[in-house]
Amino acid sequence: MAEPVLSVRNLKTYFSTRAGQVKAVNDVTFDVYPGETLGIVGESGSGKTVLSLSILGLVPDPPGKIVAGEVILNGPDGPRDLVQMNEKQLRSVRGKDISMIFQDPMTSLNPVYKIGDQVGEPLVAHHKADKKAALKQAEELLRRVGIANPSKRVKEYPHEFSGGMRQRAMIAMALANNPTILIADEPTTALDVTIQAQILELMQAMQRDYGSAIILITHDLGVIAGMADRVLVMYGGRVVETGTADEIFYNPQHPYTWGLLGSLPRLDAGGEAQLNAIPGSPPNLLNMDDQRCPFVNRCKFVHEQCFKGFPEYERLSDTQKVACTLSTAQRKDLGAKELASTGALL
Amino acid sequence: MSATEVQPEAAPTTGGDVLLSVRRLKKHFPIRSGILVRRKVGAVYAVDDVSFDVKRGETMGLVGESGCGKSTTARVILRLIPETSGQAFLDGVNVLSLDGKDLRDARKDMQIIFQDPYASLNPRMRVEDIIEEPLISLRVGDGASRRKRVRELLNTVGLLPDHAERFPHEFSGGQRQRIGVARALALRPKLIMCDEPVSALDVSIQAQIVNLLDELQTELNLTYVFIAHDLSVVKHVSDRVAVMYLGRIVELSDAEELYRNPQHPYSQALLSAVPVPDPTKERQRQRIVLEGDVPSPANPPSGCHFHPRCWKAQEICRHEYPPLESKRPGLGHVTACHFPDLPSTPEPAAAAPASPAS
Repeated sequence: MAEPVLSVRNLKTYFSTRAGQVKAVNDVTFDVYPGETLGIVGESGSGKTVLSLSILGLVPDPPGKIVAGEVILNGPDGPRDLVQMNEKQLRSVRGKDISMIFQDPMTSLNPVYKIGDQVGEPLVAHHKADKKAALKQAEELLRRVGIANPSKRVKEYPHEFSGGMRQRAMIAMALANNPTILIADEPTTALDVTIQAQILELMQAMQRDYGSAIILITHDLGVIAGMADRVLVMYGGRVVETGTADEIFYNPQHPYTWGLLGSLPRLDAGGEAQLNAIPGSPPNLLNMDDQRCPFVNRCKFVHEQCFKGFPEYERLSDTQKVACTLSTAQRKDLGAKELASTGALL
Repeated sequence: MSATEVQPEAAPTTGGDVLLSVRRLKKHFPIRSGILVRRKVGAVYAVDDVSFDVKRGETMGLVGESGCGKSTTARVILRLIPETSGQAFLDGVNVLSLDGKDLRDARKDMQIIFQDPYASLNPRMRVEDIIEEPLISLRVGDGASRRKRVRELLNTVGLLPDHAERFPHEFSGGQRQRIGVARALALRPKLIMCDEPVSALDVSIQAQIVNLLDELQTELNLTYVFIAHDLSVVKHVSDRVAVMYLGRIVELSDAEELYRNPQHPYSQALLSAVPVPDPTKERQRQRIVLEGDVPSPANPPSGCHFHPRCWKAQEICRHEYPPLESKRPGLGHVTACHFPDLPSTPEPAAAAPASPAS
């Protein structure tokens, strides 16, 4: 396999609050390869957004802090650790090597600047392009992301754009400098399904044209299935399972992944069965004991071993790893039963 | 069952045990302009001539994208906002014409569960007060019996009796939605409007609430109108489904039938846009990607509202709104389309966007 463009190693991002410590990202390690789409799934509070903010050094400090780990960006000038960079150096990376699309296009665009100025800003910031040239390029970028009549649209303000168009503008801005990596944090969650389909299709087309790797963060397993080459499943600040999309959907190994797949009502299967809900609520990370599996309170198969430290990752293939104390044979048996009862593997 | 031809005022006579009949319901919000003299300059056609029946004990799904009027429909029926015209018969009584004590009585029969369990519970009220409030405002029982009922309800929705003393912020999203469900059940309603009840919840929690609603329906013989934009959830819970677009129902059918055999091009596009959690199926899928955005309901396109985004659109679609009628009699499957029999996926040539109406 090719060299990864981004290697995250043992990353830990903690928040210190008056009430105690929150280990939002706890010892997370993964690689991103050129041109691939890496999906990160998890529920609210699983640490997926903090993880993406940590990569770009955007975690508000205080209260947050990257306490350990490395984020190695393998650019043309050799490997660089983003965690060690100062603010000025980080600014030279953001929007150039790595750019980001946020969930809510209504709030991530500045309402008092024209669309054209905002889309052209990365060019001004990184290439000292003059405003006129930047505006011209912004027009071209908007045309490429499928916005009709771009020469008129660059002069408009965000409120004159619909939700889908704003997200298109965000994508245009993110791609302005042809980044190696695009981080998309819930890019379609605020959009209607037909608009979501447009935006996902656009992201795929842009990936083909620009060759950027995409880190796609979402809670929607359907979106992951359609977009991701590889998947990271997060729970309670930890990566509990990782594998190719096929491995995660057809041969999931972690009880939490089984639960997620079983919880989904499905359009593609007969729908009368009860959903296989995971009992309980997502964990409260505040002062949580991290010397055990984070899923213990909700896991059907919990046993003594689960309380003796976070489980070692077991490697099942070149691509699939799982952090669970069940034996391979047990997981095979239980997983098949769990998924069969919900029709998730039909 | 050509719903649109039912005469106004006449109590509907549809087969089966019908609990709710909505007839030609319209809700137009005026758009005003001017500072001193507020003149009406237009209207948002939020709900525009909607008719449907809900049978006792069934779940009727109402799907559509934001701004299609699904929530407004529910709120008008519940008398939370006044209608522009039309009727809504609950057990044969037009609730839109009631007032005074009759209206209060009718309110006991129809309740709502809101989308956002963070915004729909008053943070300064204890859980017991929240659940008791509908009983107080509609003057049901005395203090002691109401408190007993609150404990019962907590148990029904899977919370503990000592949760009664706590405040909403002490609960997780899923638990809060359980409180919202308990409040809706307090008056022993016949009909519950579930307005996006699980959209704000995580998937694992969403499944808990869907299962809870399912159990309650069987136990208490409830009738649901289930409003959601998530078509997978709607398919799971609904017996029948109505698809709305820009204030109108464009298709209404048995859930299974609709998902297997959608007739209206908008339903077809909507269903094909839903991502399925199966990588192989996702890779093979032919997705119908609609051009453009949903037009503004303040200025809906002429004729069939969907024609500017439709690959089947022809001249007649620009002028004439197709009636909601059955192209395949006997299935109770109605659709408002002039050309439901044309190919259900856009061909390259036909996919070119029709010229916009405006």
